[in-house]
Amino acid sequence: MVTELAKRENTYQAAFRVVRESSPTVPWLELVRNSAMERFEQLGFPPVQQEEWKYTNLAPLAKQEFAPATRATAAAIDIERFAFPETATAHLVVVNGFFSEELSVTTGLENVVAIDLLSAVADARYNKVARSYLARNAGYHDNGLAALNTAFLQSGLFLWFPKNVKVETPIQITFVTDVEDPTTASFPRLLIVAEENSSATVIENYVSTREQAYFTNSVAEIVLKEGARLEHYRMQRESGESFHISNTSAELGRNSSYDTTSINLGGRLSRHDISVVLDHEGAECWVDGLYLVGPDQHADTHSVIDHQQPHCNSHQLYKGILDGNARAVFNGKIFVREGAQKTDAMQTNKNLLLSPNARVDTKPQLEIYADDVKCAHGAAVGQIDQEELFYLQARGINPELGRNLLTYGFAEEVIEKIKIDSIRTQLDEVVLRQLNTQLE
Amino acid sequence: MLEIRNLHAAIDGNEILKGINLTVRKGEIHAIMGPNGSGKSTLAKVLAGHPQYEVTAGEVIYEGKNLLDLAPDERAREGVFMAFQYPIEVPGVSNAQFLRLAYNEKRKHLGEEELDPLEFKDLLKERAKVVEMDASFMTRSVNEGFSGGEKKRNEILQMAVLEPKLAVLDETDSGLDIDALRVVAAGVNQLLTPDNAIIVVTHYQRLLNYIVPDYVHVLAGGRIAREGGKELALELESKGYDWITNPNAAGSANLNAAN
Repeated sequence: MVTELAKRENTYQAAFRVVRESSPTVPWLELVRNSAMERFEQLGFPPVQQEEWKYTNLAPLAKQEFAPATRATAAAIDIERFAFPETATAHLVVVNGFFSEELSVTTGLENVVAIDLLSAVADARYNKVARSYLARNAGYHDNGLAALNTAFLQSGLFLWFPKNVKVETPIQITFVTDVEDPTTASFPRLLIVAEENSSATVIENYVSTREQAYFTNSVAEIVLKEGARLEHYRMQRESGESFHISNTSAELGRNSSYDTTSINLGGRLSRHDISVVLDHEGAECWVDGLYLVGPDQHADTHSVIDHQQPHCNSHQLYKGILDGNARAVFNGKIFVREGAQKTDAMQTNKNLLLSPNARVDTKPQLEIYADDVKCAHGAAVGQIDQEELFYLQARGINPELGRNLLTYGFAEEVIEKIKIDSIRTQLDEVVLRQLNTQLE
Repeated sequence: MLEIRNLHAAIDGNEILKGINLTVRKGEIHAIMGPNGSGKSTLAKVLAGHPQYEVTAGEVIYEGKNLLDLAPDERAREGVFMAFQYPIEVPGVSNAQFLRLAYNEKRKHLGEEELDPLEFKDLLKERAKVVEMDASFMTRSVNEGFSGGEKKRNEILQMAVLEPKLAVLDETDSGLDIDALRVVAAGVNQLLTPDNAIIVVTHYQRLLNYIVPDYVHVLAGGRIAREGGKELALELESKGYDWITNPNAAGSANLNAAN
């Protein structure tokens, strides 16, 4: 095992040498990449002995030979099929981790900066912002996977909402994997900075052109300044054969509002780490999600909501539906730090097991170091309720359709809060397709 | 339409129904009354096919078929409807979605064309008048956050949409204030035709002022202890159940009265 991990690091190291030559950047970022690579060499892929990885074994990922994608890896892509109608004028496309200006549509993005992250760090207008926030919230010093992503930072997307800019059009970012070789890795990177009193809606969409194996290791960092508002949807619809490891790290300014919903559908093995730091008074967040896990899939969500300052509110609802021999993990930590008085934190995780072979490990955790707070959390794991099923049957609905209807209803609590119609409709379809049911 | 012969049923090994015989013909309203624990709700649930109840003896013939051979959803599609005493909440599924699904399942079963959402909306609007239900209830999740009275009205709305041949109303009056009771009863009366039948299960005579039964059957200890016309309900209202459930005491009371 040790030798395998060492070998793995050498393979990535070889690719890393190529990146340094082919994709030079500003000196400070060179330093960051070098130090990230060093950290990855030391940390490697986290083993199951680590508490945070107890239920998610990355050995199959660590064992395989993945080669980082280059800008040349992608072929012609029909990107239209991944576009939501609402985002027709604001669709940013990142292929195998590389921002594609050619495939992106930005006509609806006045007053917004949406450019290649590597260009942003070299641009006098944005380099200060980029330098302040890149690799700040998604730290790589104690996280081997974030370190690996940071070492291979050659492109990605920089999205900047200047002060007071209110963007009405939802902005879609499609991270598409388009590779032929099933041993290809890509490292998408996203930095969103929303300046004071700006507001926007962003849809982060992970998809693939082929139903095959590959490895996605993505990092998204989000910074909301005072009074900024961000509605954030994260749709993970990777190939069912793929490995998807991702990290979302947000920091919230004074009186800012961050409303995020993560929908996890794809991946053979997926892991999403989401961390929200409320380090200014009056910030509020909604950190919701739905994982729909089918046979032979493993989906893991680790969430950290960190109340560092008083008068902040957080709301969390994560729901999971597991079928066949599906495995899921939900680990949700809420910290209320010393002095974070008047915190209001609510966390719920509910799981529906459709099969006796499905298994979920859920662990909601509250750590409170302040005395004037309102906190509640809970987790539930259950099956279809027999009284509910009988009620539907008593109205002429056959048991199979009844079960599907109840499952759909279970998912709906998360889906119905999505404000973009086409996403909601698509998700309804996905849930129902998974259940082989039609409601229309 | 319905013939119940010597029906015995148990839950968790405890026999609750101990030989029920009942015949219901088209166009009739039957009231099943009785004190708590007499088996009236069990009878309703057995007719609907609740999986927790086990039929240990007897048979139920409905429209020439052996009802007990049919799964609950088959019974419903064949026209048997039970209004629940405690209607279940179905979060995330809108009332309109649910009703259309149920309606179309029945249409499919009868070999009729299914209705699309628009066509169904018109039908639903029409039927909702029966129980004076506001359109806003249609987009809300089934029974979720409904008051007790709203849930009962929703049951009758479902009945109005599904147009059952045989409706069993299980304590539909419980938890209703007098205004809601009137609305629900008026709804049920509108739905009665010469071709269908209604069984009203109730503890109190109150509902029967509004839904007037042709026959009243009084259950005690899992058997029908007394049968009569609508005047039997009034008698129960004034005398209580004791004289039926406890015939010796009742006999002496009558004797005293005669003296």
